[in-house]
Amino acid sequence: MFVASFLVLPVGLYLWLVIMPFIQAFQISLTDWSGYTTGFNYIGFDNFINMWDDPKQWVIPGFTHTGIILLVLPVIVIAMALFFAFMLNVGGRSQGGVSGVRGAGFYKIVYFFPQVLATAIIAIVWAQIYKPPTTGGLLASALEAVGLPYPENGFMGSTSLVLPGIIAVMVWSSVGFYLVYFSSAMAAIPQDIYEAARIDGASRTKTFFQITLPLLWESVQTAWIYLGIIALDGFVLVFMMTPSQGGPNHSSEVIGGAIYKFAFGSGNDAGMASAIGVVLFLAVLILTVVSLRVTRRERIEF
Amino acid sequence: MTTAQLPPKTEKATPSRKPADDQESGKVLNVFSHGFLILWAAMVILPVVWVMINSFRASGDIKSDPFGIPLEAHWENFAGAWVEANLGQYFLNTVIVLLMSVTGTMLLGAMAAYVLARYDFPGNRFFFMMFVAGMMFPVFLALFPLYKTMDNVGLKDTHVGLAIVYIAYSLPFTVFFLTAFFRSLPNGVAEAAMIDGAGHYRLFWQVMLPMAKPGLISITIFNVIGQWNQFLLPLVLMNRNKDGQVLSVGLASLTSEAGKQVDTGVLFAGMALAMLPVLIAYILFQRQIQAGMTAGALK
Repeated sequence: MFVASFLVLPVGLYLWLVIMPFIQAFQISLTDWSGYTTGFNYIGFDNFINMWDDPKQWVIPGFTHTGIILLVLPVIVIAMALFFAFMLNVGGRSQGGVSGVRGAGFYKIVYFFPQVLATAIIAIVWAQIYKPPTTGGLLASALEAVGLPYPENGFMGSTSLVLPGIIAVMVWSSVGFYLVYFSSAMAAIPQDIYEAARIDGASRTKTFFQITLPLLWESVQTAWIYLGIIALDGFVLVFMMTPSQGGPNHSSEVIGGAIYKFAFGSGNDAGMASAIGVVLFLAVLILTVVSLRVTRRERIEF
Repeated sequence: MTTAQLPPKTEKATPSRKPADDQESGKVLNVFSHGFLILWAAMVILPVVWVMINSFRASGDIKSDPFGIPLEAHWENFAGAWVEANLGQYFLNTVIVLLMSVTGTMLLGAMAAYVLARYDFPGNRFFFMMFVAGMMFPVFLALFPLYKTMDNVGLKDTHVGLAIVYIAYSLPFTVFFLTAFFRSLPNGVAEAAMIDGAGHYRLFWQVMLPMAKPGLISITIFNVIGQWNQFLLPLVLMNRNKDGQVLSVGLASLTSEAGKQVDTGVLFAGMALAMLPVLIAYILFQRQIQAGMTAGALK
């Protein structure tokens, strides 16, 4: 009785609003439902076939760009976060005791800050920074002032710069979080390991690659998976920052955007939106399993 | 003081390398890495400072000279953002939704996690796995059916509806995290309370919840920030109720097509207003927030 009384509400709510919609999405993916009509027909796997020659050019660019973000974002963020975390925790002196650089506490506070800002606010701030110089864009105006080349139409208006620009914002907002995360993992590594290495004359670079990184492997692996999920979520930035929510000329379409536009935008095809969602779901599943397998190593005890 | 000090399981830390050589490279590395640390700190701080400064400037000034400092404070930017651009209303809406959703998430999450962690009953493992599985689903997949569900029961475009959805989507992680936490609590105290005549409900409210306080605080911070950050759910589920919109989407509408006429100075004031409470809360509680979010997100 007691158990049931405590479970009925949370489980009920969860089944109704999370599990049911997911099951329905699989069902809708097999239909030609626009989402706004009352009737629909089951069309088998047509959506899954048709999405690959989608005339709106959302799907293939979407998968390509999401794939690029998925490859690039975790590598950059983890490399930078590890470097910063190492500097702030062990990189202080090359002789004597183990300590971080001066001002480590301050850096940790500052770097983490973007993490607490809402993505919508980050998007608006960076959209302003990326604007063309004629409308007061910070970055382009700065480049103009020192005489370097800059994009006339702003960073978000250039087909070659829009995607790197979006990735840069994602990096900007997430490095601090992983720095703090890796820091706490590093704090768990016993000091005497470092001291011994130092006495033996290991340089900081060597200390990092031969001691810190192997001992931190499990945290890196976790971070990798979470960053993968963030990479798939890049849609909010694209939605708010880029022209026509994926432009210019489809050069920043992401897969979340394709789903959103089919379901709620001008796509008007809930069946297609759900089918892309199902493909995304399977891709996430496969990626998680594969990356867990590939990065699996023997656990180092300390 | 030799290699013998190394615990046997670590990789070999090769000795060698002349110390003088090392010091030299150490210095170069020092300058380089300090430079990089300072550069990144500036990259984080500058945009925030830039927003704060420009929030006091007139629209035309910002466009003609984005680096300038305000010659006179244009306080009307803030009034414009708060009243005319409706940010005051959006802010209030966000607070209303969060009050409901965070309370609900914590209450339902703690209840479910508690029985899953400390009671043996058929289906225990099944329910736990069901919640955990929810962490893997991309929200995008459920967005359209969710929209239809909320529409059918008339909760679309309402604050209560939005709060309920936030709760449902925050449950997987909250339950996962708190189950681990409740499991770690000592059994002795619970047994003692039972012997003293406390019922199951009393045990939960008066003994277990207070004991779980550190875990509850972590996950509350995590949920507050996560739900304050929500963009996609309110964008879709509040799209017909413009006045009831939350802050993140409301701000976005300032920059979208419909809001093109919005004054740049007002936009900056709006950004500053949206950032300020977060910035202050962060500076005051940065230690707890960092701990709460890293513990919350990556357990």
